[in-house]
Amino acid sequence: MHPADPLLSVRGLRIAFGPLEAVRGLSFDVGDGEVLALVGESGAGKSLTARALLGMLPREATAAGSVRLRGEAAELVGARRPVYARLWGRRIALVPQDALSALSPVHPVGDQLAAAVRSVRGVSRSQARARAVAALEQVGIADAGRRARAYPHEFSGGMRQRAVIAMAMINEPELVVADEPTTALDPDTQRHVLELLARRREETGASLVLVTHDLAAVEEHADRMLVMYAGRAAESGPVDEVFARPRAPYTAGLLASLPPDAPLPAGGRSRRLPAIAGAPPTLAELPAGCAFAPRCPLAERAEQARAEGAERAERAERAEQAEGAELARRAEPAGDDRCRTELPEPQRLGDGRREVACHRWSELPDRPAELFLEHV
Amino acid sequence: MSPVSPADALLAVRDLVVRYGSFVAVDHVSFDIAAGETLALVGPSGCGKSSTAAAVLQLRRPDGGEVWFDGRELTALDERALRPLRPAMQPVFQDPYGSLSPRCRVRDAVAEPLRVQGRWDAERGPARVAELLDLVGLDPAYGDRRPHELSGGQCQRAGIARALAGEPRLLVLDEPVSALDPSLRAGVLNLLADLQERLGLGYLFICHDMAVVRHFSDRVVEMRDGKIVDER
Repeated sequence: MHPADPLLSVRGLRIAFGPLEAVRGLSFDVGDGEVLALVGESGAGKSLTARALLGMLPREATAAGSVRLRGEAAELVGARRPVYARLWGRRIALVPQDALSALSPVHPVGDQLAAAVRSVRGVSRSQARARAVAALEQVGIADAGRRARAYPHEFSGGMRQRAVIAMAMINEPELVVADEPTTALDPDTQRHVLELLARRREETGASLVLVTHDLAAVEEHADRMLVMYAGRAAESGPVDEVFARPRAPYTAGLLASLPPDAPLPAGGRSRRLPAIAGAPPTLAELPAGCAFAPRCPLAERAEQARAEGAERAERAERAEQAEGAELARRAEPAGDDRCRTELPEPQRLGDGRREVACHRWSELPDRPAELFLEHV
Repeated sequence: MSPVSPADALLAVRDLVVRYGSFVAVDHVSFDIAAGETLALVGPSGCGKSSTAAAVLQLRRPDGGEVWFDGRELTALDERALRPLRPAMQPVFQDPYGSLSPRCRVRDAVAEPLRVQGRWDAERGPARVAELLDLVGLDPAYGDRRPHELSGGQCQRAGIARALAGEPRLLVLDEPVSALDPSLRAGVLNLLADLQERLGLGYLFICHDMAVVRHFSDRVVEMRDGKIVDER
């Protein structure tokens, strides 16, 4: 790899638990200083993907494919612990969802930060300690000198998450992976913690992979987004472009189902929102073809067209108008059943900054919300 | 806005006070909810929203004030007198899995309130359960499943069916969609809107997503440190 390569490059990543595949062929890059959001529902594989980047997959999981970090000779998928141990903290770091599990309950917070410093740099205890206090100050913890002597349980949830961010950033890694960093916090604190994470990222120039299901946070803080569904990419691209014009029906449905950011006009328009029907599939019951097809209005429409076409052809045939049947079949390009049989591969769109994995993305109307209006 | 008398509103809360020791969690809070109306209660964690909800439902008896429901003042009633009123005011909780017993099949969970109320009819009961599941958009065949065999959205629908079993007039919705996956939220919100329209339910709606609150509520009450600081 040479310097023009992306900082992180993921190709064909697969993660399985025995026969169950949770991540099914995922490719993406993260550039220098870039914020990439991995978006999706629980079970979409976004947290597993994040864990795979860090070599922190659960023991029962097996990974295949490729994860490369620029400047590292080693392939990181399947790398042994010592390879990762060299990278943790220095080049890549994790901000986990649950700050309590990331901090030891029996050591003061400052000691833990100082230990993180000393694990990477040969500095004295007092230098490491000073660095730890400074790091707590940088994440907005008041009276950091005194707070550094406190234990994690003496911190509020928001302060603990700040401390964990301070710890992840303390050795200025190039890549920070934040796995639902605010999910466990109350909404006000969520906003503050995300702002802090964004500010620290900017100050250190690190790249950030932000795993979240919070679309508002994505819009605010990410440069690019990768929308995952059932272990695969549904689409990816610059955040503003995806929000302005989603190309995958799943993304279109998600965005359409957000309540409009304006009060209802008096007189009571209906409160019904566009909604995606059904529920995401479980790993054990993945449908053949596109995993979103059972919930997808475009796939449904194609199926209807196919059924109608077949019916018309059959009727014509039964009337022994072989010629008519031929005409009917030719006149109506009956919807094919690719959605139900063929896994959609990511296709590049336009200037190549966007990708969509959908057989029918070009059939998505300009105002896709209407497609999602009828469902309860 | 307020009716002439608290006895005329579906729910009228007057000077509600909840204390935990010397800490005042709810400090003289008053509001009304009419049938078919949604009142949202918003504010930061710890501001007293959930304490207010628990006191309205008489799950925690308030330390002061009045709670008028359907013309009766609940704080004056003892547990025995409250019992027949409880089915008419039901909570729907945030965690769809936590609100149903993991061992219990969905149809038994939905039937349980009827059994407890002594209103279970062995002949017509099963049909009533199927009707309730249908009402919340669940295929009655799901009645045989246990919560872990349902998605979060289906599970939340089962919780709503259970709340509807006693033919309530008021639902207390405590973050009913916050724990759901994004693609399931709008469906559950639509269901709640439909049920309100069809059954004329009053909703006390606790939620921190302001876009959802604006879309879904007729009025919004904002609390801070146990007090109402804004009403719109």
